[in-house]
Amino acid sequence: MSGGVFLSRYGTVLALLALIAFNLAVTPNFATLQTLNVNLTQVCTIVIVGVGMTLVIATGGIDLSVGSLMAISGALAPMIFMGKLFELGSIYASVALAIIVAITAATLLGAFNGWLIARFRIQPIVATLVLFIAGRGIAQVMTNGNLQVFKVPEFQVIGLGRVFGLPVQVIVMTLIVVVAAWVLRRTIFGRQVLAVGGNERAARLSGIPTSRIKIAVYAISGALAGVAGLIVIAINSASDANLVGMGMELDAIAAVAVGGTLLTGGRATIIGTLIGALTIQLVRYTLLANGVPDAAALVVKAAIIIVAVWLQQRGQAI
Amino acid sequence: MNARFQTGNVLATYGVVFTLIAVILFGYLRYDNFLGSFNILSVLRYNSMFAMVSLGMCFVIMTGGIDLSVGSVAALCSVVAAYASPYGLVPGLTAGLAAGLIAGTLNGLIVTRLRIMPFIATLGTMLAASGTALLLAQNQSVSVSYESGFVDLGQGNLLGLPVPALIAAAAYFLGSVFLNLTSTGRTVLAIGGNEDAARLMGLPVARVTFLVYLVSGGCAGLAGVILAAQFGAGQPIEGVGWELFAIAAVVVGGTLLTGGAGSVATTLAGVLLLGVLFTILNFENGKGWITLSAYWQSVIRGVFLLAVVLLQAKLTGRVETQDLEPVSNVDVGPK
Amino acid sequence: MSISLLSMQNITKTFGGIAALSNASLNVEQGEVHALIGQNGAGKSTLIKVLTGYHRKTSGMVSFEGHPFEVASPRAAQEAGISTIYQEINLVPQRSLTENICLGREKRRFGLLDWPAMRAEARRLLAGFNLDLNVDRPLSQFSTATQQMVAIARAVGFSSRLVIMDEPTSSLDDREAQVLFSVIRGLKEKGVSVLFVSHRLDELYQVCDRVTIMRDGQTVRVANMADITKMELVSTMLGRDVARVAGRSTGFGLAANAPGKTVLQANALSDGRSARRVDISVASGEIVGLAGLLGAGRSETAKLIFGDVHAKGGQMQFLGQSFVPRQPIDAIKAGIGFCTEDRKIEGIVPDMSVADNMMLALRPALGRSGIVDEMRSREIAAKFIKQLGIKCTGPDQKIRELSGGNQQKVLLARWLAMSPKLLLLDEPTRGVDVGAKDEIQKLIRSLADQGLAVLMISSELEEVVEGANRVFVLREGLSVAEINRAELTEDRVLAAMANGSQT
Repeated sequence: MSGGVFLSRYGTVLALLALIAFNLAVTPNFATLQTLNVNLTQVCTIVIVGVGMTLVIATGGIDLSVGSLMAISGALAPMIFMGKLFELGSIYASVALAIIVAITAATLLGAFNGWLIARFRIQPIVATLVLFIAGRGIAQVMTNGNLQVFKVPEFQVIGLGRVFGLPVQVIVMTLIVVVAAWVLRRTIFGRQVLAVGGNERAARLSGIPTSRIKIAVYAISGALAGVAGLIVIAINSASDANLVGMGMELDAIAAVAVGGTLLTGGRATIIGTLIGALTIQLVRYTLLANGVPDAAALVVKAAIIIVAVWLQQRGQAI
Repeated sequence: MNARFQTGNVLATYGVVFTLIAVILFGYLRYDNFLGSFNILSVLRYNSMFAMVSLGMCFVIMTGGIDLSVGSVAALCSVVAAYASPYGLVPGLTAGLAAGLIAGTLNGLIVTRLRIMPFIATLGTMLAASGTALLLAQNQSVSVSYESGFVDLGQGNLLGLPVPALIAAAAYFLGSVFLNLTSTGRTVLAIGGNEDAARLMGLPVARVTFLVYLVSGGCAGLAGVILAAQFGAGQPIEGVGWELFAIAAVVVGGTLLTGGAGSVATTLAGVLLLGVLFTILNFENGKGWITLSAYWQSVIRGVFLLAVVLLQAKLTGRVETQDLEPVSNVDVGPK
Repeated sequence: MSISLLSMQNITKTFGGIAALSNASLNVEQGEVHALIGQNGAGKSTLIKVLTGYHRKTSGMVSFEGHPFEVASPRAAQEAGISTIYQEINLVPQRSLTENICLGREKRRFGLLDWPAMRAEARRLLAGFNLDLNVDRPLSQFSTATQQMVAIARAVGFSSRLVIMDEPTSSLDDREAQVLFSVIRGLKEKGVSVLFVSHRLDELYQVCDRVTIMRDGQTVRVANMADITKMELVSTMLGRDVARVAGRSTGFGLAANAPGKTVLQANALSDGRSARRVDISVASGEIVGLAGLLGAGRSETAKLIFGDVHAKGGQMQFLGQSFVPRQPIDAIKAGIGFCTEDRKIEGIVPDMSVADNMMLALRPALGRSGIVDEMRSREIAAKFIKQLGIKCTGPDQKIRELSGGNQQKVLLARWLAMSPKLLLLDEPTRGVDVGAKDEIQKLIRSLADQGLAVLMISSELEEVVEGANRVFVLREGLSVAEINRAELTEDRVLAAMANGSQT
């Protein structure tokens, strides 16, 4: 394996390890559970959305609507568990219903994206732009733009609770990553996703239902955005349709790109997306912990994205 | 079939103009003062920034690319212009424009030299511009000087018309001349239509691709200057989501996102249409019959975008129908 | 009297170690119409692209107008006096005729484009083709033939010394072709040379002075058109002597059994374009050859049978029942497999492993409740790797790292794993080295002997003649001959391909 290929394949992992080593040496109090939890908590919604984005990108598409779908899911759930729409006897029942309805709505909207793309051959970037714009508007209209403040521990456990010292959302994230990685590697669906992205013509000629696969990945991306939206509002004890998921689409795409998933489709790694998101997060944390302003971290993040994609392209060319 | 195709094309190209006229007519008939000079001028003044970024975006999209950085570049340029504003109108304008051109150069180089796909390249520039803006402004807005005359760029009137609208009008005029009357302008469209063919036709593909990102950066720079002058401050956190609204305006304006076809004039119509819809909403609420919150505007814009995109897919889709999979999954194997 | 305009000597071009051209040469004289012919993959297009600066040659000498000639881009070639009309229409469909004709040498006034003058120029050039068109309309609104004319008008408009036409007539009807020929003759009178690539042999005799024949990246013969017969042209192109040596040179053995009952019967099949009236039948246990020159509608026929293209006319019967496939999955479910002509674009998924590529079609049948049965798929993959002699490091190697022949075997395995009743093979041995070719041919025969019905499309005559039980010959989208084993000779097939003789 030549140096170029090695760097393009493992560059991100190396960067992550180097960052950890640097922090162990320089940043005070780095090796603590608290630091770990802070970083994992901040990165977890990006990872969850990034997992869906990875599947979408694996088919050669892109999903710009994830942030707006987070807002819809985040707006819908409190309306139900706070009993604004109707009363359910038990708080557990209404929380469960809220979660189910919110995620279902996000899933259906995701499927709508996929339907536009598969049925009308609309470019993914435009098709999902529709819900990027309209979706946040729908969330704002539902709540009339008002902040929904709540204190419902039964619901907020997904953002504030801990099990064995680990935040619940980190456990949720881990589960999603593990399941998605397994689906991508071990199921027929996973292979078909990669086949559609790797060579759609060949996939179609091999009898793979390419339209159905596409609709499915966008639906999954929508569902995961729905989950992420719920976690965000649980952490904040409030849902603000104007802010939930703002800019998430680009954070998720950046994590996927840095993680080594081919943006043209056909090659994808869920673990890579996790590592990509962690790397971007840790860069930010490192800079902040060492007194560099957040703004400068943005510039560094930009450089990382460009360099990572450039290295991967070079690795591809070799 | 040709006649039908022709009708379809006209509809795709000028549909937005007809719609704009229809919407304005609707407003005129339904509301008092809808076409009053105050309303017209404030719509023009407010939308000139969006018009500028959409102009740059429309050139980039015509080549089949995309520029996600326009919003944060505009924010950066508003900060730069604000810092230069005490030295006068011209230095403020020049500084903002120059910052935009630098960002555009960066995009152009990453796309043409590193051959990174435009989506990622401009995503990077977007983050970098946003970070730089925050650094320069130290995380707060930067007040502009009110003595130097700089604010006229956003708030002034000339011949009874808002200055920013005049700037945008001039830019659209020049853009239209560039696209229609120069060979470089035609090359922009040829690249978007079929990049390989353009290369085989002997056209300077890399140079023109670079140029459109440069132009888009410059347009974002002017938008930033107007932003700073209009609101009296350089705003490092403005511009979020501008890029996607600009894309929507361009698409509503009938420019194909796959590149190769489009027009500067209908892009302007797209910007105005999206802007006027917002005004209509305000007037409608003013009538008191219904109360639709301002948030409906995004929903309505989204629905408009959807309608346009579906229409485009229907009109251009016929070329590809052969490859289209049937909608139903009826098993028609041997019975 | 003959002055050399273009001389290309010992041109070699390799792509990643594989030679597309090896020591090819081409000479074109001033004011000459020169034909360049050869099979698909013979290197014609590569030679042209080397000349026009799209590809860099690996070695060799080019001189143009007596001077050494090396250009870095099509733009530079155009400026030097060589303009090209490519096989695929390389124009911009969304733009107007005027732009497509004039872009790159615009007329200006006061520094801005002079549209009236450009429109006049476009109209003038099109008038040379007897075309009176609205030059403001986008190219995509015109028929393919007209688009081709526009491409030619563009090239002619550059007042070049040499005009290269890569299959310019493939989309023209006879009348349009005649107009083109008169334009070519007009160019010739003005001293302009034309390099003419075509598979329609009759045309070459109408318009060309000399011919260069290429095969396997080399120049195999240069002749005056007047001195060479159509049969000689075809046989030189395919690399077969007319007076053929006896004996078998392919890996196909003799058929073990007589063909069984008919599996597929197609009547008057048409896709409305390339395949116009195709009649064909395949029985179990036989290999049916489908022969014809490029563009005769062979691949299109296979795509029609596989449901990849919808039939515009005709009927099919599969296993005695009416068969109307709407999409490939219908054909697959019915028991048909299809190895496409272009492995890279339509066959392999490059980033996937050998096993994954092999299991692509079988996977849904193999899995248990949606989970990949890794054990069984590895077993099956290993079985086929062994059975077909696929050279790879194992089922997990990425398919793009394999040689062409081994990729082809993987794709064959993809369908064999489905236990199909009918296998459609489009150029099964193209781009495959000699050893693997022999193995694949043996394999095809043994599959047929086991009862599989095989429809084999091949441009290699010996493959068709030695391998097939029966051969159908297509010519310009029409079935022109069905030749049975007893009468199957290369001469018969060649004659049907060249002249369409109905016997």
